[in-house]
Amino acid sequence: MTGLLSLRNVSKVFTLGQREIRAVDDVSFDVVEGECLAIVGESGSGKSTIANMILGIYPPSMGTIAWRGDVLPARRELRHRRAIQLVQQNPLSSLNPRRSVGASLRLPLDVHGIGDRSHRADRVARLLEEVGLPADFMNRSPAALSGGQRQRVAIARALASESDLVVLDEPTSALDVLVQARVLKLLADLRDKRGLTYVFITHDLSVVRNIADRVAVFEKGCLRELGTTEAIFANPQHAYTRRLIAAVPVVADAEVALRNRLMENDDAAA
Amino acid sequence: MKRAAYILVRNPLSLTGVILIALVVFGALFADLIAPFPEHRGAVVDFANFNKPPEWPYLFGTDLVGRDLFSRILYAYRISLLLGVVVLAIAVPIGVTIGLVAGYVGGWVEYVLMRITDVFLSIPPLVLAMSMMGLLEPTLTNGMLAVTAMWWPWYTRLVYNLTRSEKEEGYVLAAEVIGASRAHTIFREILPNCVPSIVTKMTLDLGFVILIASSLSFLGLGVQPPTPDLGSMVADGAKYLPDSWWLTVFPGLAILVAVFGFNLLGDALRDILGVDQ
Repeated sequence: MTGLLSLRNVSKVFTLGQREIRAVDDVSFDVVEGECLAIVGESGSGKSTIANMILGIYPPSMGTIAWRGDVLPARRELRHRRAIQLVQQNPLSSLNPRRSVGASLRLPLDVHGIGDRSHRADRVARLLEEVGLPADFMNRSPAALSGGQRQRVAIARALASESDLVVLDEPTSALDVLVQARVLKLLADLRDKRGLTYVFITHDLSVVRNIADRVAVFEKGCLRELGTTEAIFANPQHAYTRRLIAAVPVVADAEVALRNRLMENDDAAA
Repeated sequence: MKRAAYILVRNPLSLTGVILIALVVFGALFADLIAPFPEHRGAVVDFANFNKPPEWPYLFGTDLVGRDLFSRILYAYRISLLLGVVVLAIAVPIGVTIGLVAGYVGGWVEYVLMRITDVFLSIPPLVLAMSMMGLLEPTLTNGMLAVTAMWWPWYTRLVYNLTRSEKEEGYVLAAEVIGASRAHTIFREILPNCVPSIVTKMTLDLGFVILIASSLSFLGLGVQPPTPDLGSMVADGAKYLPDSWWLTVFPGLAILVAVFGFNLLGDALRDILGVDQ
């Protein structure tokens, strides 16, 4: 099983004045084509540093990152940028407030020369429809959109370059619970439809359980455990993983029963 | 637009600024039609009516060679505004570009550009302009050059600081991940977010440029006679205070109105564009 993306002995050291901070320490793992790999860990565990290295924001201090077998250079080529895209945590910041939704979505098309110049507006409209937004949103400013709608635009932008791998950096943690569920559903649908690979960075283990195929657990820059979602939840090997799982708020049986009853009512109404 | 109208109506000072500047700009643009003696902007002498206090038809009185002060002030506004607009039209693009590049690129580029800026900022503005004017011929063009040289670094500082904070926003990361060029990220993503602050500062500065230019010509380093200039009119009249008070007071008030008006207008724009202080 060869990876779409392979990290081999990757380390990242940041120098802050005299101090050296080892944010990521000798990490190796593969991201398999078509999977959703969750990267979990507390803040400061190095998961964002891993994401930034995958995206080519900065190169690893040691080790290599390979894409379909080719080692990626420190300065990314455009075709690799096109293939690996990002959805950020906060859509309020990730969309430029001074540019229209359409302009933000057009940028990847222009940069990578996708489609005919004259047909790019149509493409933008199709992208918006694909994420469940009306096409006339392209003329709006991000300020006129709700948090969930903004995040849908950010997802559309990540897909615009016909990417293969999308790094999802806490894509739902800034949204309220109901919107969160809908965005997760959209992500799952898009993955099926487009055959995408996800690297899903989160600290929310209930989200992980719903969407991830495999889970990588990070602590203090080290990869503590990597396995299928079922295996990690059923039989966590590492003490840190057990602590993470134990920290998830427990849902009581009464609440489960209540939820099932409410959902039935909902289904009946629909 | 609605918001702009609301802010203007709610704040009488903002409204005052708009009205003052509208009057100044209108007077300057249509000086040929409004001025009772348009020919008095040049080297005209009328000794029959020299040094007259304000009386019809000389609204603000006449100067020592019998020229109508009101007409000359209108034409002086024209020169002042032209100077302000030209200075900012040159200084702002230079200052803004340097600030954007220094703030975004960082590293040694930032170091070199910002140290050069600091050198210019460390010299008191009027001293820099005075020494330049001392070296060069005192003409209108050189006056603009001198004021421009002292003005761009302030825009570099402003935009540099804005860029450093905008750089941390997610939309800049998004553009980088997409693979957009540096030029795109700087000028199409970051710059639009700096525009409200730049426009506000430009409005405030129009008043200050007029003030500095007047100071230079007050010292005899700016626009040369017979071209009417508010600063040299104040300087010429100062010798005859307090008897011929109109020679100094009206040009002085004209400077005050322009500077004050642009300040109020700048504050109003800041409210309308929602710029953080």
